[in-house]
Amino acid sequence: MTTHAALDLNKKMDIEAILEDLENYRPIRKGWVWRKVMEEGIDMGPFHFRNMSAPLNHSIGLPASKYFDHIDPQPECVVTTEIASGRFEDDLRRMRMAAWHGADHLMVIRTTGQSHIDGLMEGTPEGVGGVPITRKQLRASRKACDLIEDEVGRPINFHSYVSGVAGPEVAVLFAEEGVNGAHQDPQYNVLYRNINMYRSFVDAAEAKFIMTAGEIFQIDGAHNANATAKAGWLVMPELLVQHGINCAFSIASGMPKEMIGLSTVPPNAPPAPKLWYDLPYAVALRDFFSDFKMRAQQNTRYIESDIEEAIRTHTIDTLISMLTSADIQSTITPDEGRNVPWHYNNIRGVQTVKQTWSALDGIKDLLSLKMDGPLGEMARDIKERAVGFLEEILEVGGYFAAVEQGFFVDSAQYPERSGDGIARDGAGGVAADSIVARDPDYLAPVCAHFGNNHLPDGLDKPCDPIGGCTLCHPEKIVYIDELDPEDSADRRLEETYPYRKGDLIRPEVEWAGDGMVLLQLMVPESEPYAREAGVEIARRMGLEDPQVINLMVLHPAEGCFLEVKGRVTFDIERDTLKIPEKVELLPEDELRAAVKQTGLKVVAGTVGEDEHSVGLREILDIKHGGIEKYGVKYHYLGTSVPVSKLIDAAIETGAHAILISTIISHNDIHRQQMKKLAELCQEKGIRNRVILIAGGTQVTPDMAEETGLDATFGRGTKGIDVVDAMVKTLKQRGEL
Amino acid sequence: MSDDRIARFEERRKTYQHMSDEDLKTHFWDLCDQIVAPIVDLARTHTSPSIERSVLLRMGIDSLTAHGVVDRVHQAGLLGKGAGHVLLRLAEKHGYDVRAAAKAILEDKDVLEGLFEEVVQ
Repeated sequence: MTTHAALDLNKKMDIEAILEDLENYRPIRKGWVWRKVMEEGIDMGPFHFRNMSAPLNHSIGLPASKYFDHIDPQPECVVTTEIASGRFEDDLRRMRMAAWHGADHLMVIRTTGQSHIDGLMEGTPEGVGGVPITRKQLRASRKACDLIEDEVGRPINFHSYVSGVAGPEVAVLFAEEGVNGAHQDPQYNVLYRNINMYRSFVDAAEAKFIMTAGEIFQIDGAHNANATAKAGWLVMPELLVQHGINCAFSIASGMPKEMIGLSTVPPNAPPAPKLWYDLPYAVALRDFFSDFKMRAQQNTRYIESDIEEAIRTHTIDTLISMLTSADIQSTITPDEGRNVPWHYNNIRGVQTVKQTWSALDGIKDLLSLKMDGPLGEMARDIKERAVGFLEEILEVGGYFAAVEQGFFVDSAQYPERSGDGIARDGAGGVAADSIVARDPDYLAPVCAHFGNNHLPDGLDKPCDPIGGCTLCHPEKIVYIDELDPEDSADRRLEETYPYRKGDLIRPEVEWAGDGMVLLQLMVPESEPYAREAGVEIARRMGLEDPQVINLMVLHPAEGCFLEVKGRVTFDIERDTLKIPEKVELLPEDELRAAVKQTGLKVVAGTVGEDEHSVGLREILDIKHGGIEKYGVKYHYLGTSVPVSKLIDAAIETGAHAILISTIISHNDIHRQQMKKLAELCQEKGIRNRVILIAGGTQVTPDMAEETGLDATFGRGTKGIDVVDAMVKTLKQRGEL
Repeated sequence: MSDDRIARFEERRKTYQHMSDEDLKTHFWDLCDQIVAPIVDLARTHTSPSIERSVLLRMGIDSLTAHGVVDRVHQAGLLGKGAGHVLLRLAEKHGYDVRAAAKAILEDKDVLEGLFEEVVQ
């Protein structure tokens, strides 16, 4: 095994280094890992949590975590995000970002058409709508995951798909390369990929057996029925049937129940009365499948281009998980309805789960489901319909006959039928007529082989005749690097080098240097005009290929909210940027001593027509760590205070400083107020006697000079910053 | 037809009324097992090009070679013996290792001729 340098959290991941010496890289561990959950719960900051797992060594909490001792509670379930932009080398950086926000199940979607490729792909060609899954891509990705899990302090489960016409080969590849989870469901191949049904099931048994040997957690594909059927909420009985068939087939293929996960999606979405469908379904499913794991997915069927709408639905999906159960909570990037997911939308998806899970921590200790009412009746109804469905499958001659008759993905609720189900011919489909009966002397001298195998007697292991297989002797694995060096990660990395390791900066949503930006604007026009105006505005702002990707009508005549994407074509040279110097604060002891020595006192208030007081109170009050904590006496005049009144109060009380807060910034009012403060003090002849300080959300440190104040502060300012500025000003003036 | 199916479901449903939730669950799994049993048998007794390629991968054969070898073995009508079996047999016959046997199959399809007949005698 090769060793590798740990990640430096202040540096970008070195993709070239990850691709180096891959031929000799072996994954550090194999197998699926659940989160570490303490039965007694966990204390974090001021709180006790009941449904949270061990925290990370490095992570980024929710924005509000700064109010709660910066805690970042991690849900007890594994949290999934799907990352596949087409260039896996760029996805690695996104995986790292997602892990820092709490994802520990990274799922890679395959490139379009890979399920119909009869064999393995090799090298690192660019993908469409996903990534070509190859040995090199898997090995590099797993190597990156090995580094990332060290950095965040929690194992990462890496996941892709064992389906299509090369399922068994893909399963071997995954087992060899340390892939931790995979979708495997022969029904998916048959219904959605039109792969011959006999081939699909024969291959699946082998694939599942290999996955079991590789300790690869399985997720099924049943949820695709409610993503495909016209009325997703009516196919609930069929979903139980599909889950049941894959589970029973998996067990018969040697897979332990605890390694089988059901991919389940709450089938409905607002404005439908979601709970009346999704909750009975969730209850029915978890009753029949109590021995299996639940991989709760969020609804994609009804996602439109509005990100906020998707997030709201996903929040409720997560609520349903918490009211019932979820071993894995999958997230959907909320932009899935409008483009290939962008970096930061993976993070948003993960945050939705983290935020909901924290908010609803311990919900089952407070609330319980009322089963003796409509919920219990509806759950029972779904289960009875599912059982009837299974009986009818047997009645018509079994599973294959039922598929031929279009039993599945019919949009009506069983036993009703719309006649729009997906029917497949047993003699048709991709790879039809490709299974072969095993002869009595059939032999496969390898481990993890399913079915009849005429091995010689007296072997310790099936692979003894060949002196060991790759599952027992990984050094026998043959690594192929590239088949087409022109279509490879190395070639693409050469092009993006300046943006990753050089001096150039360009915005990015998917691929290094893609230049994509998103404009949000309100255009006070009707839809057709707003749409065209949006494109034109973006064009005049210099964006290439502008496209409206979301439009919300605010009123048919009054206007629309628009989101327009486009590309910037210029680069920023890193060295030309001036980064404001970080202020070195004086030591706390020195500040306290100076305050005491001068008897420092201030007057403070929110100026203008502004009723905001929270920010300023935090700067002042002792309980928020404000200036009072350091001994400063303050006189607070309240909100909407005229600047002149503050100055009068300062003169009257002999205050050393005037602190103003200004938040509302229509027409640059904050700037005007700040300038006015300096000017009035000048007029009254006290400018040299008082320290003038302003703060607010729209204020920045560099405004002091322009407005004639001594210091100005923006978001995130603490009392100590203000005390520091006052003491420094006093020192400058020679008063200390 | 559809009305008929609905009526038959309603008949079936009457029999469920006497089942507890636990009984219904047991019945559900019993039905699932009955449905998959013949499919599992099919899988146990059949193989496919992908299964055979996956065997060759596990024998330390690269994916491109495995593809070519399985195609040749299939064409020779020997997939039912197992592609790994074919490699092993060829390797034993000529004193090759399995990789050399794979190479030999790609270079000369005639090497497969009579491979299994000799042993039968």
